[in-house]
Amino acid sequence: MSYQDWFRQDRLPHIYCSGCGNGTVINCTLMAVDEIGWKENETVFVSGIGCSSRASGYIVTDSLHTTHGRALPFATGVKLSNPDLNVVVFTGDGDLAAIGGNHFIHACRRNIDLTVICMNNQIYGMTGGQGSPTTPAGALSTTTPYGSSEPAFDLSELAVAAGANYVARWTSYHVKELTRAIGAGMRTPGLSFIETMTQCPTNYGRRNKLRQVTDQVEFMKNHTALRQKLDRMRESGQKVPADVIAIGEFVRRDRPAMGVRR
Amino acid sequence: MMEIMEGSHAVAHAVTRCRPQVIAAYPITPQTHIVEALAEIVANCELDADYITVESEFSALSACLGASAAGSRVYSATTSQGLALMFEVCYNVAGMRFPIVMSIVNRAMGAPLSIWNDHQDSISLRDSGWMQFYAEDNQEATDLHYIAYKVSEDHRVLLPSLVCFDGYIISHTYEPVDMLTQEQADSYLPPFKPYHRLDADDPISFGLFASPDYYLEFRYENDQAMRRAQDIMASCGREFGEMFGRDYSGLVEAYRLDDADTAIVAMGSLCGTVKDAIDELRDAGKKVGLLKIRSFRPFPTAEIRSALSGVSRVAVLDKNISLGSKGAACLEVRDALYGSQIPVLGYVIALGGRDVRKKDIAAIVEKAEKGIGDIFYGLREELLK
Repeated sequence: MSYQDWFRQDRLPHIYCSGCGNGTVINCTLMAVDEIGWKENETVFVSGIGCSSRASGYIVTDSLHTTHGRALPFATGVKLSNPDLNVVVFTGDGDLAAIGGNHFIHACRRNIDLTVICMNNQIYGMTGGQGSPTTPAGALSTTTPYGSSEPAFDLSELAVAAGANYVARWTSYHVKELTRAIGAGMRTPGLSFIETMTQCPTNYGRRNKLRQVTDQVEFMKNHTALRQKLDRMRESGQKVPADVIAIGEFVRRDRPAMGVRR
Repeated sequence: MMEIMEGSHAVAHAVTRCRPQVIAAYPITPQTHIVEALAEIVANCELDADYITVESEFSALSACLGASAAGSRVYSATTSQGLALMFEVCYNVAGMRFPIVMSIVNRAMGAPLSIWNDHQDSISLRDSGWMQFYAEDNQEATDLHYIAYKVSEDHRVLLPSLVCFDGYIISHTYEPVDMLTQEQADSYLPPFKPYHRLDADDPISFGLFASPDYYLEFRYENDQAMRRAQDIMASCGREFGEMFGRDYSGLVEAYRLDDADTAIVAMGSLCGTVKDAIDELRDAGKKVGLLKIRSFRPFPTAEIRSALSGVSRVAVLDKNISLGSKGAACLEVRDALYGSQIPVLGYVIALGGRDVRKKDIAAIVEKAEKGIGDIFYGLREELLK
């Protein structure tokens, strides 16, 4: 079996725009699933609303495409009613950090045995590019025409603070690392949160001087650094530029978890 | 001045001329063009308002409630799932008597997920204490916002309003619109004068407990305000007509109904299609007319009874369904005609964006003439096997 066997061929082609990073993240997820050897009939994908959340419909397993921001409570119900299931949540920054922010911190606090994959494209992509809680300060969107004046959420730090057992951030450029991180998350009991910075050329890149798809992917390549390295730089008094995004594993721990397979 | 405008942009510009001081909204298809336009208008300092990019619809209406309580004129817009998420706040806004105006770009309710048009979203708020006005075209969608603010803020009413218009069919369609100038708008709609507001020098509390000794009277007062709103809506609509030439004094509007045998009752953009169908049916010798319901809340029961008193049958088209019962307008029209011998037949149509053509209207008229009604019209039987 290969990761491609996990796609519902009759639902393809997908709706994603050319150059979208979501497909890469879905491929990485399915490669990780395939490598671990999960079975289709033991795996459930749950998602909310938005571009990210269309992913569950393209996969052959059972799936729940739920309401905006509520994928985590739905997934909590699935997992606690049958802990033998492997439950993966696809979500986006708008879904998880805005309308579903409350559910996010409580799912991390309870440390439910879910794998949560957030495609963070820093914008409400599906509705046409409005500013989201992860839109960087100063970035342009259709609701922040002269630049966002609000600070953005750091979702991975939030997950660490709220209690998730595994937290990592990579980007759609870091395919190998992302796949490994998703696999590590899936193997870790408790809530695993894998944030993937993802390019949105249609609604983010073209408004923010990253006109070509490759511009945004290059940006993610050149403006990311391992969290540990950034910590060392700060400790040694070096200045870290404000637009550098920390990537890598943020935490791996063994807090008591809910819904772990008996 | 006549301009060719997209429905959403026309509404955004009308809202601008109403001078809201606080706007809070969360993006949802097909409402986005309205709030994007307003975000830009505010960012360009063309409107002296605060635009809040909130994190959900629940927060949007909650922020609006707070701003209204503090004495500001406020605005929001949403649709479908977003309105459903606001449900709790909607009852609070009406119960605290804050005259908020909100646009509803009508869209179907999930599941299954649908971004296309029907009226299930706003109809679900029927009992919340919000007024509900339905627009037929871009012009009406635009004008109803001025009127809604005026009716809502009238101290004899003090109820919030939903200005409802069909997603895509109006929101994304370009039509000529006669846009009021700012001076005209100001002459019609004076600055907001709150009846009561949060004031540190004269403290009051909103939304506290009402024990069983008091709650019934609160709902009664809400109901009385809704009933009073009928006359206020009529007078504000008349005043609008006198000033700008477009009369909205009727909470319903008749089209070729005088000598009709069959009356069609409908709301929203569907009325345009029905009028065209009626013209063709009239040419073919059938006496058919339309009664358009502009105001679903307050519901103009007496006006409807009188408008339909001379017809032989009534066919009510509902873009919503109370499952296990009937469409909302059908039930109300039947209630309005209670005691008469006129049959009222209900047709649930166009759910989830299913297109309605003139020939569908003709087919419904034919069914009504045969007494066949209280059905879903246009089912694809092959899908139900």
